[in-house]
Amino acid sequence: MFFTYLRRELAGRRRQTAIIATGMALAIALVIIVTSISAGVKNAQAKVLESVYGVGTDITVTQTPTAPTTANGGRQQFQFGSGEGQTTDGTTTVSRSRLTSGPGTATFDATELATVSGVKNVSAAAATLSLRNVTFSGQLPQRRQSGTDTGATGGQTAPTDGTQAPQGGPDGAGGSAFDVNSFTVLGLDPAADAIGPLSAVTLADGRSLAKSDDGKAVAVLDADYATSASLAVGGTIDIGGTTFTIVGTVASNTADSASASNVYIPLDMAQSLSGETGKVSTVYVKAASSTDIDQVQADIQKAVPNSTVSTQADLASSVSGSLATASSLVAGLGLWLSIAVLAAAFLIAILFTISGVTRRTREFGTLKAIGWSNRRVVGQVAGESVVQGLIGGVLGIVIGIVGVVIINVIQPTLTGGASQSSFAGGRGGAGGTGAAAGTGSTGESTRGTGGGFSGRGFGEAARAAAATTNVVLNAPVTLSILVIAVALAVLGGLLAGAFGGWRAARLRPAEALRSVA
Amino acid sequence: MYTLSNVSKTYKQSSRTVHALTDVNLSIGDGQHVAIQGPTGGGKSTLLQMLGGLDRPSSGTVMLGDAELSRLPDRRLAGIRAKEIGFVFQGFNLIPTLTAQQNVETALEPLGISGEQRSKRAADALASVGLADRGSHLPSELSGGQQQRVAIARALVKEPDVLLADEPTGNLDEETRDEIMELLEGMHRDRGLTLVVVTHDSSIARRAERRLVIKHGAVKEV
Repeated sequence: MFFTYLRRELAGRRRQTAIIATGMALAIALVIIVTSISAGVKNAQAKVLESVYGVGTDITVTQTPTAPTTANGGRQQFQFGSGEGQTTDGTTTVSRSRLTSGPGTATFDATELATVSGVKNVSAAAATLSLRNVTFSGQLPQRRQSGTDTGATGGQTAPTDGTQAPQGGPDGAGGSAFDVNSFTVLGLDPAADAIGPLSAVTLADGRSLAKSDDGKAVAVLDADYATSASLAVGGTIDIGGTTFTIVGTVASNTADSASASNVYIPLDMAQSLSGETGKVSTVYVKAASSTDIDQVQADIQKAVPNSTVSTQADLASSVSGSLATASSLVAGLGLWLSIAVLAAAFLIAILFTISGVTRRTREFGTLKAIGWSNRRVVGQVAGESVVQGLIGGVLGIVIGIVGVVIINVIQPTLTGGASQSSFAGGRGGAGGTGAAAGTGSTGESTRGTGGGFSGRGFGEAARAAAATTNVVLNAPVTLSILVIAVALAVLGGLLAGAFGGWRAARLRPAEALRSVA
Repeated sequence: MYTLSNVSKTYKQSSRTVHALTDVNLSIGDGQHVAIQGPTGGGKSTLLQMLGGLDRPSSGTVMLGDAELSRLPDRRLAGIRAKEIGFVFQGFNLIPTLTAQQNVETALEPLGISGEQRSKRAADALASVGLADRGSHLPSELSGGQQQRVAIARALVKEPDVLLADEPTGNLDEETRDEIMELLEGMHRDRGLTLVVVTHDSSIARRAERRLVIKHGAVKEV
């Protein structure tokens, strides 16, 4: 009887059923679409982060930067001795490369890696040292050894008698030209390849770093960097004054994205060449399970004082670009829109159910008069509402899945950049100033003090630092989303049924005697 | 059998207090056919509510057999209505979305009768009011007289002791009115149930063995 009555009631009052179910369906479709887009955006963020932090990294540990202790702090300095460089035809060519920790990067003792590894529920940890190699090379006029002159001071000779025009230099008239070339270097433990930046790359050519590479001057290059710098496997690269053999190139797993660094070398080499012996800049941590992340974060924070311990969630906030816009849009507008529409749908269901019960006052009064208990009448009303909700839920799932499929067919592309903290502040776009080199040093001035820079390197460093990635948004529909959708539909039905049932329960059986309206 | 002792019922209607029944003493014996007449607003409906266990008096007691309807909790009252009292209404009060057969079955629903038994008894009840072939029809597909027959079948299918009819022919034409009254009186005769008919139609009231008039909340025998 319950089901017969229910079926006939829903079929007999199609308009009410359709309105309630449609409202519920739209709300649930919206919830499904927003939830799956949000999951898609999260996946996209994870992809962007992966290209920088590696696969499976749950937590990164860095040292909070402190004020530099020496007067010139982290600034780059190149000092050339008086006899340095090769001189031919009146031009002295000097070149010097330095490997230093990047500006804003604080290093900490490598023994902290053991401390971090010892924290409960840490399943893997690997340390890296982020460095920047800056090569300063240039040509300057030959130093003159004239007794009447004031003598050689620093890099420039200033003739005082004015009788002799300057000579030499790249322009042959006493000018100078310098070239600053910089790229990022990441020292990492070749044995720990399960976690860290190299876990998110695919080998493009040659081989990756192996455990036997410890202490050897071998390097793996980012494939994009290798191409732009005209380097290839088998070639060599000067890092910190040491010649490294290029054994492999790697590409980011994510399309259109550079990997975390331009050059990867064994950690011990990085440490000794940069003078950061026994130091690391970042520790990558993998937690035993995703539920342990908060505990691991708190414990590491305690174990390693003055450190910055970031989880993927913290890191996600560093993702920029349209991905960040999408993320905040989904989290803000999407969430509130879903809640608002859901609330509206619930309200519609409740109001229609109450008005339906009011319209059926005589019907329920009659049922009570012929002996139906309150419970049976309320159950009938609630049953109708729940089924209406379920119909809405199923419809909503269908509409929602269609919406998600449409999104997945359109495949909106989002861009996201993740700026790795150690390179934050890397200046991009300085390369353009190099164009001034020629004009600035034409030497038309008799004093011959022109000079210019060619700053190709900065752009490279900045590019690797803020790896901008194009990610196709894929909105996945998971079973849990569907379960939530059905649960919401049932909840809406129950809410409407509760209000309608409450109203029906308060009806007096004497209502059956009301005269026909 | 019904025994009403000093039954009064007052309603609050906005700021006014309505005395629907004042100090009614009445007993109706088993198997009696009683007609209740009176002007609109005189208390007919209130008296029917007391008899049907649809409402409780403000004071006094209403007994149906051994059950004190005026003091039973709602759940027990519903049980008594389900088993012992059949209702026939002026507006038929059929569930519009259910067929004739299903409408009759609603009366058996609270009695916990199995589906098979239920449909057999309902079909029998429909046959006894002359609607054996109308079971699958919706109320909207039936005439007024047929609808009231379905309602009578619904009231009788549970084999009650009492049949309370509130203006059962008020919405029907004269010819149908006589058919319905003959049907009700036949049931009263054949089954020996107590029949209480509220009506303001004197021709119907005259068919009863006992006539009561209720005016200003007071009951008088005619």
